Amino acid sequence: MKLGRIFTRGLVFDNPVFVQLLGMCPALAVTNSAENGMAMGLATTAVLLGSNLVISIIKGFIPSKIRIPAFIVVIATFVTMVGMIMKAYFPALDAALGLFIPLIVVNCLILARAESFASKSTPFNSIVDGIGMGLGFTVALTILGIVREFFGAGSIFGFAFMGEFFQPATIMTMPPGAFLALGLLLAIYNKITSKELNEL
Amino acid sequence: MSATSIFIILVSSILVNNFVLSRFLGICPFLGVSKQVETALGMGMAVTFVMAMAALITYIVQIAILVPLGLEYLQTIAFILVIASLVQFVEMVIEKISPTLYQSLGVFLPLITTNCAVLGLAILNIQMKLNVLEAVIHAIGAAIGFALAIVLFAAIRERLELYNVPEVFKGFPIALITASLMSLAFMGFAGMV
Repeated sequence: MKLGRIFTRGLVFDNPVFVQLLGMCPALAVTNSAENGMAMGLATTAVLLGSNLVISIIKGFIPSKIRIPAFIVVIATFVTMVGMIMKAYFPALDAALGLFIPLIVVNCLILARAESFASKSTPFNSIVDGIGMGLGFTVALTILGIVREFFGAGSIFGFAFMGEFFQPATIMTMPPGAFLALGLLLAIYNKITSKELNEL
Repeated sequence: MSATSIFIILVSSILVNNFVLSRFLGICPFLGVSKQVETALGMGMAVTFVMAMAALITYIVQIAILVPLGLEYLQTIAFILVIASLVQFVEMVIEKISPTLYQSLGVFLPLITTNCAVLGLAILNIQMKLNVLEAVIHAIGAAIGFALAIVLFAAIRERLELYNVPEVFKGFPIALITASLMSLAFMGFAGMV
C-alpha cells in the first residue's frame, strides 16, 4: 500500500472517531474545551506512535498466543512515559485530563492498530500509520472540543470573542453536551460522505 | 464503617456519578453491546463480577506491593496486567464450574479487559483514598450503575428500531443523542449526595 494512502486513511477515510468509533471514552470525556481535546489527541498520538514502532519491530519474537498481553505491556509502558512527561512539563493539562491519561492504555484504537496493522507491517509503514491515525484522532477530538467550547462557553481555545449578546449554553460542556455534540457531528459526517458517494 | 456511609457510596456511584453517563467510563461496550436488552444484561453481570474482584485485587497489589517498594509509577502497567489475567482466570473458572453461565457470559469476558471502566475504577479507588471495604462497595455500585445504564439504553434502542429515523441519523448518531437525553436525566440526581 502506498504511504500517502496509509496516511490519509487514518486522517479521513477510516477516521478513528467518526468512522470506526474507537476510543470513545476520551473523545467524550475530555473534549469540554478545544485545548483539552487537542492535548488528549496528541498524547494518544505519541503513545500510538511508540507502540506501533516497537510492536512492528518485535513482532517476530512474540508468540501469537500471548500477543495481546504483550501488546498491552508495550502500550502501558508508553502510557506511563507520556504520563510522567505530562506531569513534569504540563501540570495544568495533566490535572485537566486526570484519570484519562492512564486510561490511554485501554483506548481500543491503540490495541486495534497494534493487532490489525503494526503486527503485520514494516516499522516505517507502522510509523506512518501511527501518525495518520493519531492525527485523525487529534483532529476529531479538537473539532469536538471546538464545537462544545463554542456553544458551551462562547470561546475557542480560551479566546472569548462573541460579545455580550451571546448566551452560552453551559450544558454543552457537561456530559449530555458531549453525547449530543458527537451525535450531531456524526450525522453531519454521514451527510457529507453519503453525498460524495452518490456523486462518484 | 456505618451503614449510612455504605449507602452514600452506593447511591453516589450508581446514580450521581454514574460511570457511563457522567464519568464517561465504559463507553465502548455501552455503545457496542446495547442492541438487545438480553445481551446488555449479560454484559452488565459479567462486568459486575470482574469489577468487584478487580477492585479487591488491585487494591491489595497497590498496598502490599507497589507502595512498600516505592513503585507507584508502575501502577498503570501493574493494574492492567492484573485485570487482563483476572479476566482470563475468571473465564477459565466459569467455563469449568458452570458451562451454562459460561454460555451466557463467555462472549463478553474477553471484551472486559479493554473496558476502561474496570481500570478507571481501580485507579479511582486509589485516588479517592478509600479503604478496602469501601473500594469493593464502590466497585459494586459502579458496576450496578453501568448495568443500569446499559440495560435502560438497550431497551430504548430496541424501541428505536421500530421508528422511522432520518437516514443520516441511523445507527450511532441517534444512539448518541439518546444517550445525551439519558445523561441529562441522570443529571437530575446531582447534588443528592
